[in-house]
Amino acid sequence: MLAQQLVNGLSLGALYALFALGFTLIFGVLGVINLSHGAIFMVGAYAGLEAIVHLGLPLWFALPFAFLVSGVFGFLIDVLVLKPLRKRNAPHLIPMIATIGIGIAINNAVQGIFGAQNLRFPAGTVPNDTLSVAGVGLTALELAIILLSFALMAALMIVIRKTQLGRALRAIAESPKAAYLVGINVEGLFMLTSFIAAGLGGVAGVLIGLYSNAIFPLMGQPMLQKGVAVIILGGMGDIRGALFAGLFLGFAEVLSVAYVGSTMRDAVAFGLLFLILLVRPKGLFGTTNERKV
Amino acid sequence: MAGFETHLASFWAVYSNVVLTIGINGLLALSIWLTLSCGMLSIGNAAFMGVGAYTAALVTMKLGWPFPISLVLGMIAPAVLAFIIGKPTLRLSGIYLAMATLGFGEVVRITLLNWESLTGGALGLNGIPQLTQWWHVLIAMVLVLLVLWRMRRSKVGRAFEAVKEDDTAAGLMGIDVANTRMLAFVLGAAIAGLAGGLDAHLTFFIGPQEFGFDRAVDILTMAILGGIGGLPGPLIGAAILTLLPEVLRSLRDFRLVVNGLILVVIVLFLPKGIWDPQRYRTWFGSWFGRRTKRAGGRTEHRS
Repeated sequence: MLAQQLVNGLSLGALYALFALGFTLIFGVLGVINLSHGAIFMVGAYAGLEAIVHLGLPLWFALPFAFLVSGVFGFLIDVLVLKPLRKRNAPHLIPMIATIGIGIAINNAVQGIFGAQNLRFPAGTVPNDTLSVAGVGLTALELAIILLSFALMAALMIVIRKTQLGRALRAIAESPKAAYLVGINVEGLFMLTSFIAAGLGGVAGVLIGLYSNAIFPLMGQPMLQKGVAVIILGGMGDIRGALFAGLFLGFAEVLSVAYVGSTMRDAVAFGLLFLILLVRPKGLFGTTNERKV
Repeated sequence: MAGFETHLASFWAVYSNVVLTIGINGLLALSIWLTLSCGMLSIGNAAFMGVGAYTAALVTMKLGWPFPISLVLGMIAPAVLAFIIGKPTLRLSGIYLAMATLGFGEVVRITLLNWESLTGGALGLNGIPQLTQWWHVLIAMVLVLLVLWRMRRSKVGRAFEAVKEDDTAAGLMGIDVANTRMLAFVLGAAIAGLAGGLDAHLTFFIGPQEFGFDRAVDILTMAILGGIGGLPGPLIGAAILTLLPEVLRSLRDFRLVVNGLILVVIVLFLPKGIWDPQRYRTWFGSWFGRRTKRAGGRTEHRS
């Protein structure tokens, strides 16, 4: 029973981590809490659905398609809104308010076009096979979610740690001005980051659409709330932290549903978050740098 | 003259709810403005509003006490709660404080949802007597504005300012940073509770979902959009965010799309919020025959 719950928690947590990955990437590099990430995630889910239902593509093409569509949204948001705000030297909460506006607009545009009702992926999009080892069942979908999420996170981590591009991104995260002075194409990398982060959100959208079997215009809102929790818990802008915090939230939810009751699921998760912040004010992996005079 | 009065009466019959909602949202925006003016990004105000709304409504419905007492208790309950959670929470700063207050807000929402014997659970409280009159909202607004306006010009207000600009330096100057923060936090919670009490007795019904994450973000948006440089800002922001969906009603399904885009456009052109006298002076300065230097527009902002 416990082993089964842990497996369920692992797949749910992997999804949270994948969603939070783009979120934390934007914060780490651009310094913006992007509250339109939930809407972009939802756009990815609809893009995947359209690709499968209307274009007749198999799932393995629908995922990159969703990545591309969401990525273009992220790119446009950066070029049309975040870039002008950077130029105007806007105070730090202002870009966040702008992304709230974008989120409202996208959510309602999708609702106007597709309607508010729940949509589903056609049956058989993912094979219905179940792998069972020692009484613990793992569906093909869960396996795919876990593998894909971890693969994407590993790829991103390798890019950030080992490549020239990653070094440039880390330099920008440290100080955009200094990065610009040493000849890094800061604006270009901001756009690239927005594209990749949004794309990752889109992939998460398709996977959650499959996992919960429900796609609707406001599906991003609860995720957004959990995404915020995950990146704070993991330390802002910290990819490894997002992974662990995402998994933590997944386990906490699954176990609280199993042992406390389904209505307490969010209370346990957010109560824990509250307590952890009191003990570790900068998240699980954040380092405290107290200012001394 | 009689014609004008009939017009006014019919206008009021249709729009009184919108006008009173602007007032209540204005109080909420002021409540978060207060904590922001002390440099704290606390987004627990939706939860404090909820605690105030439930307390006031329950006092009226179950105990049958007079409305003013319900409102006062609706302010005291969130203030006490803010005091209790403030002790450990206000050590956090910036986005971490925002997150802790958000987590607290969720816990409050879920408590309201699960404490069915008292709060009615997911169904909420129905049939709250509609006691809120326009002048209640007006008096509440005037009183809150007076207190805040007076406070800004007092020692306490300057302490808020100092803590906001640099808490380390403020501490070195002899300001009790922890207590200053606590004061702003508790007062903000009380104002949010007042708004909740008025709202509960206006809308007939309250439910736990009204006081969640979306409400918290709404309140923050009103204050930031309006501008947090002065008291008029939050009120302007509240008025705009309340009116926009009404004004755009003719656009039907796509009205909230336009609503969202308008938010983006305002933020793009007025990055310090709508109430930004300095910017208007630089824009329209020549009209008034005055030459103003563009000061402050380029200052760096710390996060």
